[in-house]
Amino acid sequence: MRAGERPLAAVPGWLWAALAASLAAQVALRSLSAPPAAAAADLPPAPRAAALRAASLGEPASAARLAMLYVQAFDLGAGNALPYRRLDYGRLRAWLRAILDTDPRSSYPLFAAARVYAEVDDPARARVMLEFIHEAYLEAPNRRWPALAHAALLAKHRLRDLPLARRYAADLQRLTADPDVPLWAKQMEIFILEDMNELEAARIMLGGMLASGHLRDPGERRFLKERLDELERRLASERQR
Amino acid sequence: MLPVLLLARSTLLEARRSGLPWLALGLLAAALGLAAFLSQVAVTESREFQAAFAAALLRAGAAFLLAAHVAASVVREANDKVLELALALPLSRSQYWLGKLCGYAAVGLALAAACALPMLLWAAPGSVALWGASLAFELLLLGAATLFFAVTLASVVSAIAATAGFYLLARSIAAIQLLARGPLAEETWTQVVARGAVDAVALLLPRLDQATRSDWLLYGSPAAAEFGAAVGSLLVYTALLAAAGLFDFNRRNL
Repeated sequence: MRAGERPLAAVPGWLWAALAASLAAQVALRSLSAPPAAAAADLPPAPRAAALRAASLGEPASAARLAMLYVQAFDLGAGNALPYRRLDYGRLRAWLRAILDTDPRSSYPLFAAARVYAEVDDPARARVMLEFIHEAYLEAPNRRWPALAHAALLAKHRLRDLPLARRYAADLQRLTADPDVPLWAKQMEIFILEDMNELEAARIMLGGMLASGHLRDPGERRFLKERLDELERRLASERQR
Repeated sequence: MLPVLLLARSTLLEARRSGLPWLALGLLAAALGLAAFLSQVAVTESREFQAAFAAALLRAGAAFLLAAHVAASVVREANDKVLELALALPLSRSQYWLGKLCGYAAVGLALAAACALPMLLWAAPGSVALWGASLAFELLLLGAATLFFAVTLASVVSAIAATAGFYLLARSIAAIQLLARGPLAEETWTQVVARGAVDAVALLLPRLDQATRSDWLLYGSPAAAEFGAAVGSLLVYTALLAAAGLFDFNRRNL
């Protein structure tokens, strides 16, 4: 008991009862009401980035992340085999665009677009997300290349759309100047060309990469040289046939 | 006259003679002026725009004015030893506390009426009446919460800060629960604990997001069940705050 406080016995009995009864009523009332749940169809139209910025009260980075949490709360509910399938991807894209514009340095919207929303089992919806990723990549290639690399992989393996995958891979190889971009990402276009049986184009591109002098790592150069030799062998055998 | 009603009358009189009416007038002027300005900027739905903006501003403004007034009034009475003087009269602690609460409820009612009146410019009288009634009950709850915090914390700043935190949390707890149940959240034990904590906090808070909604003014009156549930939950929570406040007040060694 603190100084300045009377013992609990000083509290009248009816007040104990009133406190217990009102607390029980409050807990019972709240327990009976169902917890809030968002449905896919409920995703409202996206606000403009300017409106999000204004609402952030000078904290766009926090507002963008809060908005992402808000958006990702929309789906058909836990346990659904195909979440996001019924989500309005037009609205979703507008939300991700507004969030990305609010905090362009955040990778959250592109990560969610590439790893969550683009992996939906619906080609039309997946393409909406892939195009959004490509559009965002063109604005900041050195920062956003991981999302485009994943988009190219999805286009190739999930959608089986090799021309689309090649377009993404070509932009990735052509526009990304970040020296930290790994070899597999830079070479992606070559592999896709090989899959498309465009061996001559792949050989020219690989030769160009080797001749450009940008590849300083000896292991990398050796690996690419081996790929080039293999391509030339395949081309020669095709010509003989 | 009953002691409770006498105290309520003196509390109302105190509010009338303080700067509260002028601040309320200033709030009305600011809401009307800003709504008119923003309606000029909007390209469509200018009427709805004014109603929504004014309703949101007046609701938050009335809540802040009432909380600040209650906190300042209770702490001043305690500092000036008016409380000791009142309790030296043939007046029980419960009567004193309930008298103050009734007085602040009357102040909240007057504020709610003043805020609802200009809404008639943009919305149907029936919708405005329900919105105003809901605001009055919301202010009653807030008055009880501020009275509880001011008596317990005995400091204006602490009481206002605690009330503001409580009010903001009560208005956003549903959104926080929604975030905690997001489908991308992994089922790790920390996530389960966090969600359980949010749900536990939600059990002890009123759903202020369901009361005094501006969409009642824009899209018509709520269904009777919806309005009843919103107001009923406010009344139950006010009863809880009153019981907790009385409990704490009865334990104070004055």
